[in-house]
Amino acid sequence: MALLEVRDLTVNFVRRGERSFTAVDGVSFDVEPGQTVGLVGESGCGKSVTSLAIMRLLARRGNTVSGSVRFEGTDLLKLSDKDMRDRRGRDLGMVFQDPLSSLNPVIPIGLQITEVLERHRGMSRKAASIEATDLLDKVGIPDPSRRLSEYPHQLSGGMRQRALIAIALACRPRLLIADEPTTALDVTIQAQILALLRELVQDTGTALIMITHDLGVVAGLCDEVNVLYGGKIVERAQRHQLFAEPRHPYTHGLLASIPRLDAGRGEKLIPIRGSVADNIPWDHGCAFAPRCPNALPVCRETQPQLVPDRAGLLRCHNPVRPAVAAGGGAR
Amino acid sequence: MNTLLTKKKEPIDKLAAASGRSLGAEALRRMLRSPVAITGGAITVLFLLLAIFAPLIAPKDPYERYLQDKVSLGQGIIPGAQPGFPLGVDDFGRDYLSRLLVGAQQTLLVGVLATVIGVLVGVLIGGLAGAFGGWVDTVLMRLVDVMLSVPSLLLAISVAALFQKPSQWTVILAVSMIGVPIFARLLRGSMLSQRGSDHVLAATSLGVKRTAIVFRHMLPNSLGPVIVQATLTLATAILEAAALSFLGLGDPDPNRAEWGIMLSRAARQFLDVRPELAYYPAIAIIVVALGFTLLGESLREALDPKNRR
Repeated sequence: MALLEVRDLTVNFVRRGERSFTAVDGVSFDVEPGQTVGLVGESGCGKSVTSLAIMRLLARRGNTVSGSVRFEGTDLLKLSDKDMRDRRGRDLGMVFQDPLSSLNPVIPIGLQITEVLERHRGMSRKAASIEATDLLDKVGIPDPSRRLSEYPHQLSGGMRQRALIAIALACRPRLLIADEPTTALDVTIQAQILALLRELVQDTGTALIMITHDLGVVAGLCDEVNVLYGGKIVERAQRHQLFAEPRHPYTHGLLASIPRLDAGRGEKLIPIRGSVADNIPWDHGCAFAPRCPNALPVCRETQPQLVPDRAGLLRCHNPVRPAVAAGGGAR
Repeated sequence: MNTLLTKKKEPIDKLAAASGRSLGAEALRRMLRSPVAITGGAITVLFLLLAIFAPLIAPKDPYERYLQDKVSLGQGIIPGAQPGFPLGVDDFGRDYLSRLLVGAQQTLLVGVLATVIGVLVGVLIGGLAGAFGGWVDTVLMRLVDVMLSVPSLLLAISVAALFQKPSQWTVILAVSMIGVPIFARLLRGSMLSQRGSDHVLAATSLGVKRTAIVFRHMLPNSLGPVIVQATLTLATAILEAAALSFLGLGDPDPNRAEWGIMLSRAARQFLDVRPELAYYPAIAIIVVALGFTLLGESLREALDPKNRR
């Protein structure tokens, strides 16, 4: 049995007097223990909403969540608020995008770690402080006992994200959801944080859901990748396969629009036309069709289904042929 | 024995050292380096000392009516400068300087108590509204809207009028009600913005209990504006209390020396002939209000860890 089984997860945002908006549309995927799964897509494709829905962190009002999120067999969506609170931080941890705003500015880092340890592991303040020092050390923060008493603004961006990871991992959750954990950091720090995540995931056996728009992050970290477009999964593949032979024109477009060191001089980047439409027209054929270079008449009429394709899944009427995809090659 | 103790204590000491300067100690250290804080603090401390030791410092008895011989001559006391009275006398022949000094006590009591009660009630209402949201918020905030819709003095008058016998305490209670809706709104507003903040979401994602989220993550981040507002309210509270006594709803004790009462009496009765008798208490109120405001502002700055250097 998988650690996490997301089935047909659908999130609708409802506002009075307006048409409801489907941010996540029937998303299903599994995460095995110790596995790293990527959720990739551009802004507004529903990747963050998916993660918030799994953690049940969406606002109580203004949305409806359906489907199921089974964690070790228990449907998280059906738990009471209290039971869910007990699981958050203990079984499932989360790392957010902006490390500064995700830390409480008026209390020291140490207290933010010990708070969780006391809450979930029933540690005394003293034992928790010792454990917190260990944790900061583990995520590579130098002089951890001094750092414990420092406030978030006293740390650098990379340190803050390390601290945030330490907090999320404090109770050794079996699943960590990282929502664009490197977006707010500069490139060298990004690499350090990714290396740290990879190391921690390997050491502790924590499963990781990596949410990102950055295919570079995916390439370095993920075992399996789900590409989202307009709230639906359009392609799922093992990392190597995805980069070597992207099948969906959207995935192909994403890869073609990334600058590469081995590209020939003067070779142009190929952008994807248009931008994510606000209201997803999946009901009238494929949502990507208006932007798709491969679009056929059928794409605008019939909604493509997610079907097995090689080792993964694909939702496309006219996928990219492997030969054509050679340009998007592995990184 | 001794060595055993030190050995055992070592990790604890280490931890204490690790936890370092507390927020309060750090704030104090920063305030001592700020000229604004020192000015505000000095005025406030001076005012407090004055309030405590006024009966000892006052050159004359503040309640004694001097120059009664002039009254018996049928001229009535002319308030203002008189030989032997540095700031003159009031219309009852009482020493103005002594009354001003002793008045610090009453003024402090009224101003501080009214503000503190206002803050406590306001924080309770605003905190509940901000923490729970939903219908609790709606109900409490409509209540606050009603309070806000009544002009502040009228609100104080109606509260004061609820009591059969006016006293110092009814004045304090009435004046405190003026601050309640302001504090409640302020706190509710910043609590609501905290609710939607990333760090509260992050704390929620860690399974932190709701009480801890409210008290550790939302409240401390929301109190800044309330502290500043409280320092400003202190000055107006003194004036509102004076206005109440002006209207006959105040402290009925005619002997009571209080700056607001002294100001309103002087302003009403002899501003045209002896304006200085209004100026003295007015200046005293302004200086004290300034002191509290400076102190409050620098306190807020010092307590904000983001400003820390």
